[in-house]
Amino acid sequence: MKILVPVKRVVDYNIKVRVRSDGTGVETAGLKMSMNPFDEIAVEEAVRLREKGAATEVIAISIGVQQAQDTLRTALAMGADRAILVLTDESPEPLTVAKILKVLVEREKPELVFLGKQAIDDDMNATGQMLAGLLGWPQGTFASKVEVADGRVDVAREIDGGTETVSLALPAIVTADLRLNEPRYASLPNIMKAKKKPMETLQAADLGVDTTRRLTTVSVSEPPTRKAGVTVSSVAELVEKLRNEARVI
Amino acid sequence: MTVLVFVETEAGQVRQASRSAIAAATKLGDVHALVAGDAAASDAAATAAAKVPGVARVLKAGADVLAHELAEPLADLIVALAGDYTHLLAASSAAGKNVMPRVAALLDVQPIPDVMAIVDADTFVRPIYAGNALATVKSSDAKKVLTIRAASFDPAPAEGGSAPVEAVTVTVTDETSRFVSAHTPVSDRPELESARVIVSGGRGLQSAENFHKYLEPLADKLGAAIGASRVAVDSGYAPNDSQVGQTGKIVAPELYIAVGISGAIQHLAGMKDSKVIVAINKDAEAPILQVADYSLVGDLFEIVPALTAAL
Ligand SMILES: Cc1cc2nc3c(=O)[nH]c(=O)nc-3n(C[C@H](O)[C@H](O)[C@H](O)COP(=O)(O)OP(=O)(O)OC[C@H]3O[C@@H](n4cnc5c(N)ncnc54)[C@H](O)[C@@H]3O)c2cc1C
Ligand SMILES: Nc1ncnc2c1ncn2[C@@H]1O[C@H](COP(=O)(O)O)[C@@H](O)[C@H]1O
Repeated sequence: MKILVPVKRVVDYNIKVRVRSDGTGVETAGLKMSMNPFDEIAVEEAVRLREKGAATEVIAISIGVQQAQDTLRTALAMGADRAILVLTDESPEPLTVAKILKVLVEREKPELVFLGKQAIDDDMNATGQMLAGLLGWPQGTFASKVEVADGRVDVAREIDGGTETVSLALPAIVTADLRLNEPRYASLPNIMKAKKKPMETLQAADLGVDTTRRLTTVSVSEPPTRKAGVTVSSVAELVEKLRNEARVI
Repeated sequence: MTVLVFVETEAGQVRQASRSAIAAATKLGDVHALVAGDAAASDAAATAAAKVPGVARVLKAGADVLAHELAEPLADLIVALAGDYTHLLAASSAAGKNVMPRVAALLDVQPIPDVMAIVDADTFVRPIYAGNALATVKSSDAKKVLTIRAASFDPAPAEGGSAPVEAVTVTVTDETSRFVSAHTPVSDRPELESARVIVSGGRGLQSAENFHKYLEPLADKLGAAIGASRVAVDSGYAPNDSQVGQTGKIVAPELYIAVGISGAIQHLAGMKDSKVIVAINKDAEAPILQVADYSLVGDLFEIVPALTAAL
């Protein structure tokens, strides 16, 4: 069983981005970039499945600019077997990403595609569900536990009131939530080894996918800032303020 | 314009998040509400949805295949009904986020998740980068597929309307996905998304035992829901569905009390629109203090019992 893992290069999760003063977007120049945290979890889960013998090959895919190859190298150092970089001009929207992934799924014929539940830059939480729709495959989103057996994958999902388990016929799409696993750090020898693993580069334009954006960004603004608060010196003062000033208790 | 809203119900009422989606939909056009479930559940859900003011018509889909809100049959159903609707909406709930992007893909549409404001029929405001920026986006798709951030729209009332109910024929048969089991413990406390007051705890509580011992009496006094940081959830102090933040629940109560929570960007993303924020933290430099209206710097193990006693 082959597993595809799409990984996105995003601004590191520790960094608080700033909105550009002209309101055209957020400033990303010079910021530390990393693999989307949910995608690290997806890579980890796929590699564990291969280590257990439930999968034969793990293929990492990134769609974006040339530097996304660094993200793919990280996936390879974590244990992915090979990588595919699909070059596009700018960050494509989920509909385009899903269409490109569909072409690669048809080419590679995996039984599982393991994505992150959400990219922490656009916060769309959409690509996995969309790819599932395009392929007509079942989907197990927001996974906190995954078991593969007998041509099915059982997925425990985080939902509003708790968790639920669904059983999907393979081939299927799974998207990883935070508590699925604790991703490993790539060791130095594995980082060295990753440099020799195969990485193929494709042009999005050659895949026959229409990459025209459906959403245009009109403007980007800072969220309203809260007015500065006060530090109170005692519980009594806090209760007094909540009662008489804020009037919330 | 007529708009279709996929509506979730619970215990004979339309969930508050879905009522927020209905409120958002009324800004776009006439509202049709879709309820789905097995025969009995869809009857009950239709009765509940018909009472929500602003709903002009209820579409009731009853079939066993729809019993568990599985995304595959539900998406096929919504696509089959999509017809002339200009907009298809749902709450940004676990179910809404699961099904609506699938619907969008089947319609060749780029979905617009987490809508916080409607500028016009094509233009919407949504958060990016954990809410550190707000993007105004314009869609060129003929149909718009949206999920609505509940905290940004005052919910329509649960009662007062009397919309007609129309049963729709269900022909979907997807069997690639099967429901196995659910673990959804019921609590006497209000739901996080609809609570007026939330008491939320983080790593500072140090153990599951302390989490319960210190936060529950305070929450009881305030009639509050209990939330948690990711660390508190990962460490087993609190269940996963109590996580507040970028990847958990987005809340905006009247009063949010953060106890032993540092205020990481990802946590702030879920609560910084609360009306009044109180931070109880021993570190005067903790980022949570920057968004708090009232901060009390000190040991939570002394402050929380004293606060509980003073209320
Ligand atoms: C992709 C991604 C998504 C994430 N999503 C979320 C999310 O949705 N929600 C979320 O919460 N986090 C999320 N996180 C995690 C987030 O980055 C932080 O790690 C987390 O919020 C920290 O939790 P905390 O505040 O409880 O712990 P800490 O940061 O360790 O803070 C503990 C606080 O308790 C205080 N404290 C300790 N002892 C006491 C005492 N005795 N009295 C008073 N104060 C005390 C300390 O001063 C400190 O400020 C996410 C991270 C990633 C990478
Ligand atoms: N440009 C991309 N390249 C590779 N994978 C992506 C890309 N965009 C999104 N994904 C995958 O889709 C998931 C969800 O992203 P999103 O729908 O944008 O929130 C991510 O966690 C990735 O696994």
